[in-house]
Amino acid sequence: MANDVFVWIEQSDGTVDPIAWEMIGAGRGVADALGGGVTACVLGDGVDGLAQEAIQRGADEVILVDDATLLAYRLEPYAATLIKLAQEHEPAVFLMGASSQGRELAPYIAAKLGVGLAADCIEIGVDGGSLVATRPALAGNIMTKITYSDGRPQMATLRRRVFAPLDPDSGRDGQVVTAGAVLSEDQIHTKLVETLTQEGQVNLTDANIIVAGGRGVGGPEGFEPILALAEALNGAMGASRAAVDADWIPYVHQVGQTGKTVQPDLYIAVGISGAIQHLAGMKTSKVIVAINKDTEAPIFKMASYGVVGDLFKIVPALTEEFKKRLGK
Amino acid sequence: MNAIALVKHVPDTAQLSSAMDGLRLMAEGPRIINPWDEYAVEECLNLKEAHGGQVTVLSLGPAEAAEALKQGLAMGADQAVLLSDPAFEGGDTLATARALAAAVAKIGDWDIVIAGRSSLDGESAQTAIQVAALLDVPQLTYVARIREIDFEAKTITVERMLEGGREVLTSKLPCVVSVVKEINEPRYPSFIGIRKAAKATIPTWTADDLGLDAATIGAAASGVQWPEISLPPARESECEIIAGDSPEAIATALVDKLMAEKII
Repeated sequence: MANDVFVWIEQSDGTVDPIAWEMIGAGRGVADALGGGVTACVLGDGVDGLAQEAIQRGADEVILVDDATLLAYRLEPYAATLIKLAQEHEPAVFLMGASSQGRELAPYIAAKLGVGLAADCIEIGVDGGSLVATRPALAGNIMTKITYSDGRPQMATLRRRVFAPLDPDSGRDGQVVTAGAVLSEDQIHTKLVETLTQEGQVNLTDANIIVAGGRGVGGPEGFEPILALAEALNGAMGASRAAVDADWIPYVHQVGQTGKTVQPDLYIAVGISGAIQHLAGMKTSKVIVAINKDTEAPIFKMASYGVVGDLFKIVPALTEEFKKRLGK
Repeated sequence: MNAIALVKHVPDTAQLSSAMDGLRLMAEGPRIINPWDEYAVEECLNLKEAHGGQVTVLSLGPAEAAEALKQGLAMGADQAVLLSDPAFEGGDTLATARALAAAVAKIGDWDIVIAGRSSLDGESAQTAIQVAALLDVPQLTYVARIREIDFEAKTITVERMLEGGREVLTSKLPCVVSVVKEINEPRYPSFIGIRKAAKATIPTWTADDLGLDAATIGAAASGVQWPEISLPPARESECEIIAGDSPEAIATALVDKLMAEKII
């Protein structure tokens, strides 16, 4: 319908990426302002159980497309199906999480529909019946307000962990409709050969707590106390570019402009001076702790709490203290 | 083999400082070839070295954007094309992609278009994907390695780097690929390359040259506008330095503070 908000429910092997619930949360506010509903688009193979979950999470309607070609995410079949759904239902707004998948799916769909799209937004709202968004650019050094032309749907990808999901409500009612996939397997040019899982341990973008090390840790073994603290906090381990470039730790841990952008509740920067490129990837974290021996390090300007001292003494002491408090 | 690298001339974020904030850098800062696009040029050159053929570097921007193309020529690209026309100005990623897609079609007989993951300034990471959509060819994003490419059979196998790990995909040529920095180590231009690039005359194509209607490009055709660009709000919190007589005392004081924040 003309005032509805489409939300894509990203899932893998039947498990919904939490970013999708954040999108319903964000979409709810937009739909209420437009006087429409939230339509969740669930695509996959064997995912019919997710439809009720999406309704409990705040969707008014679910369009379920269950098809073998949609088992694992691929751009071609997912885009073709979502384009057809958007053409048939003519939503006003179409939101996706700014995940790896969302950030390739959204521009492809926007190009085929010939509509405007803003990437990696951190605020959205409605002004005069039209979407408005705010997004950072230039390594987080400028903020850009985005307005949209008349074409519908107005599209945006939204940054992870910025928009609040709604609490699940098992009493919510909603409508589930089914639709078919658009492409058959022989019409899809791209095939998934395999997934290499050796790097699958690090999920920085989802982590509530990140402990990151930089040049100050001095070498690969310097990451041992960092990892111990991260594990004590059930968090993930990050790193600055300097530490990655020195081959002390793999790139998958890198936070910053050329690595991952993260927004945890707690970011503990250890031996990281705080180059602008690193700050770009973590400065919107809720609470930042800096541990550094250099009182002049720029990271202290970003931090809520700072400790000036020897990280090899402070970090193990912190690990012990947290273990004690958390009953480990 | 005919490979096209998409490059953008962008403000150099390494120049950001207290004296050069984001707004000033956008307006008057020094510009460089988008560093991600150097990986795209390098990958095209690697393909040429392995398979023969031709590498074209393609950019859209004002006349100064030719500097980014000269960097590509200096690295070893065979030719460069600049899309420059006041009609292109103010375009969003889709309006820009329409011009780039038309230029790729005009270059013709191409096998692969390679672009960097995103640009340093806009950071949308949308343009290359939209070029693929407009050309109606497969798009492979976040590519960390081209495992196999067969220009006769028109097939490609790549490793993509995703949030949770790597994924291996096969697809068909022609296609558009966007690359991450793991894919290679961009070469430094040789002296001969730099001299050759300095002397090169780079053809400029306008909207007319591409047969594009002004209503489909630039600000007129943009689905989004950016009426306000501002500096990000400064972080409000003053840093509270936690001190103590021993590491244990500091740890206790800091953990007290963090537990009180109710984030753990």
